[in-house]
Amino acid sequence: MSGGAASTDDIAFKRELVGLIPHLRAFARTLCGDATAADDLAQDAMLKAWDARASYQMGTNMKAWTFMILRNQFYSEKRRSWRQTQLDQEAAERTLMAVDDPESPVALDELRMALSTLPDEQREALVLVGAGGFAYEEAAEICGCAVGTVKSRVSRARRALQASLQAGAYEKDGRPAGDAMGSILGEADRLSGAR
Amino acid sequence: MIDHNEPSRRLADSKDDASLDEARLRQQAIGVKLRQMFDQVVNEPVPDDFLDILRRADAKSKGGAE
Repeated sequence: MSGGAASTDDIAFKRELVGLIPHLRAFARTLCGDATAADDLAQDAMLKAWDARASYQMGTNMKAWTFMILRNQFYSEKRRSWRQTQLDQEAAERTLMAVDDPESPVALDELRMALSTLPDEQREALVLVGAGGFAYEEAAEICGCAVGTVKSRVSRARRALQASLQAGAYEKDGRPAGDAMGSILGEADRLSGAR
Repeated sequence: MIDHNEPSRRLADSKDDASLDEARLRQQAIGVKLRQMFDQVVNEPVPDDFLDILRRADAKSKGGAE
């Protein structure tokens, strides 16, 4: 429809967007809890990014740009509140079952549970910085807040996670989650040796 | 990545030092797990829906040329 130059851009844009899908899914999963809702969210964000491709400047950080689209989508849907009910405990448990993998260490599920109890803005800040590979400045841009705010959210999230994993704020299989911190420590030792 | 330059198990003179080291160790461990949790989803194969949806959107934007 538009000229040849536009299609070349479209091809490059599409290629980069496709490469980001796994990351969008992972980010959505941490926001939503429920795996199906998370994929819906990631698909919506992917489509929104595609539709807005004219406003994206090639060569800038597309990952940050798409993550911003995704989290804005998440919060606007939450405001409309038709997805809010899926953030309950039951949904979190369904997700645990969905990702249940005999190879997966127990500690991972427990971390996931603890993460789901954090306030949204703390969880997203921690995930962006701690797992998504974003600098505080990038995370601040994605979240539309000050860098200092991101830093304080991340540190509050870290403290809360640790407290919840240690205190056994929840139980799994009738086992106090106090074990979770121990198994996470053991896992980390093993992993740091391997990496 | 865990930084092992800091001796995490040194015998601290004060209880405060020991618990600070302990807290840092725990935070590092949580960080490792967090990345592992995220990467687990990143490494999942992308469901076909995603590419189908994008392909349809692309075809539509070309005015049904595809």
